[in-house]
Amino acid sequence: MIEIENVTKRYGDNTVVDDVSLRVDKGQVAVIVGTSGSGKTTLLRMVNRLVEPSEGRILINGQDTRDMPAYQLRRKIGYAIQGHGLFPHRTVAENIATVPHLAGWDRARIDARVDELLSLFQLEPQHYRDRHPVQLSGGEQQRVGVARALAAEPDVLLMDEPFGALDPIIRAKAQDDLLDIQRKTGVTVLLVTHDMDEAMRLGDRIAVMAEGKVVQYADPATLLVKPATDFVDNLVGTADRPFRLLSLRKVDDVMEPGGADGGEPVQPSTSLREAYANMLWQGREALPVVDASGAAIGQVRLAAISRLAARPA
Amino acid sequence: MKLTVAMVARLVALVLLLAFLFAPSLFEPLLRPLAGPRSPAIYNQGSLLSLTLSHIGITIAATLAATVLSVALAVVVTRDFGREFLPLSRSIANIGQTFPPVAVLALAVPIVGFGTKPTLIALFLYALLPVFENALTGLTTLPSSVREAARGMGMTGWQRLTRVELPLAFPVILAGVRLAFVISLGTATIGSTVAAPTLGEVIIAGLLSSNTAFVLQGGVIVAIIAVLSYDALSALERKAARRLGRPATAT
Repeated sequence: MIEIENVTKRYGDNTVVDDVSLRVDKGQVAVIVGTSGSGKTTLLRMVNRLVEPSEGRILINGQDTRDMPAYQLRRKIGYAIQGHGLFPHRTVAENIATVPHLAGWDRARIDARVDELLSLFQLEPQHYRDRHPVQLSGGEQQRVGVARALAAEPDVLLMDEPFGALDPIIRAKAQDDLLDIQRKTGVTVLLVTHDMDEAMRLGDRIAVMAEGKVVQYADPATLLVKPATDFVDNLVGTADRPFRLLSLRKVDDVMEPGGADGGEPVQPSTSLREAYANMLWQGREALPVVDASGAAIGQVRLAAISRLAARPA
Repeated sequence: MKLTVAMVARLVALVLLLAFLFAPSLFEPLLRPLAGPRSPAIYNQGSLLSLTLSHIGITIAATLAATVLSVALAVVVTRDFGREFLPLSRSIANIGQTFPPVAVLALAVPIVGFGTKPTLIALFLYALLPVFENALTGLTTLPSSVREAARGMGMTGWQRLTRVELPLAFPVILAGVRLAFVISLGTATIGSTVAAPTLGEVIIAGLLSSNTAFVLQGGVIVAIIAVLSYDALSALERKAARRLGRPATAT
């Protein structure tokens, strides 16, 4: 759990973060979105004290972050950044072992943890352990970067534009992987991005920042249907709003009994946005829904989806 | 290791050098035509081998001392507490470079006397700048994401320096050491004018007695050692740089 209480950061006369309070519950994914210069990265970096707040305090699991030396605090907090920041002179295994090594884990425990993480990120340990970062693709480097951040089993993971350097296809995969790993580990995530789509996709709660202040902190659906200010309204994209709303829901939510005749089937876990697009593309009013084994379990209708895309009364 | 033409040439040069140092008389027929009719063809006022060893020894000692000081200085001025000394340390290293070694010898002799000491001082001052500049370049051009990660992982300042910054700057620092070492090898010959036991003795003896054979053997030994050590240090640098996926920057 992260509690940010009335935190302000000033550089001279310039207030970069202005009296921000934010609370991220245990196991949640909170995303900070904002334009460049909105203070979002500064806010993130104050959590692990790479930047010291001018005012206010930050608690992690109820403990003030200033109660221990900064370097010890950082070893307890995962940190993943844009461009991964892997140490080029260390192997993949050594990179991942960085924090466990600093924390004085014994050799066997570190080795086991490295292999466990590599497997978790779908990197065959045998194959990747002894490689150097230059020998990996961009997507692999990014995964090793996140694996390194999670190595010492932190309760909290901070991510600063972690997928910014990836191409769109690999980025989508990396986002899915992150959600998957978050569910498996239960780690509390605070992530910074300028990409609203990424925020909608990842965040249980989204904080929109502008000029050093948090203008709205809410779940994605609330952000879409009840934007607090014109700025938020702009940021969530007026034209895209119905589709973004649909992307937050799954086929499961509107599945009805009965079987649509024909059309490429969708699965209950498919997002409504994707199902809707498929229907428009195939020119059909309904699509069959099948389970993982391919057996038909119901149908989803265009009309039902359309109702969910409309502004709630 | 691949046996290329260049490797074979280096090997031949090394074998010839060792042969000449251990059994110079073998080469007498070759050098005879260059010496005067009544002059010896092979240097006979001391052992070529011991002169070579002391020449190399003086060069290594001066380069090593300059490396230790320069790297330490570069580390200090790239820390938060030492950053304000950056311009000052740059000018000190620059001044070391602008003094001609001969002038340093001339100034040092009245203070420390004749012999090895003034030569060591001159070479030391001359080696400061290349190593310092390269160490500075190596330490200040690390990728910012790597620095940020090292801090964010919870490394202390000392851990960041010894585990991340110095290892990553190593190839660039080594390039500076290589330059300094090779320059010092050549410059060390001048040390013989103030009685330092270097291969300059052979060259000076040749010049004084108009014996081209002496000048040539002194000069060629220094040249071969310089070329071989340049190559060896370059290879080491490339090896270190390849591991980092970062090309070594030559100055």
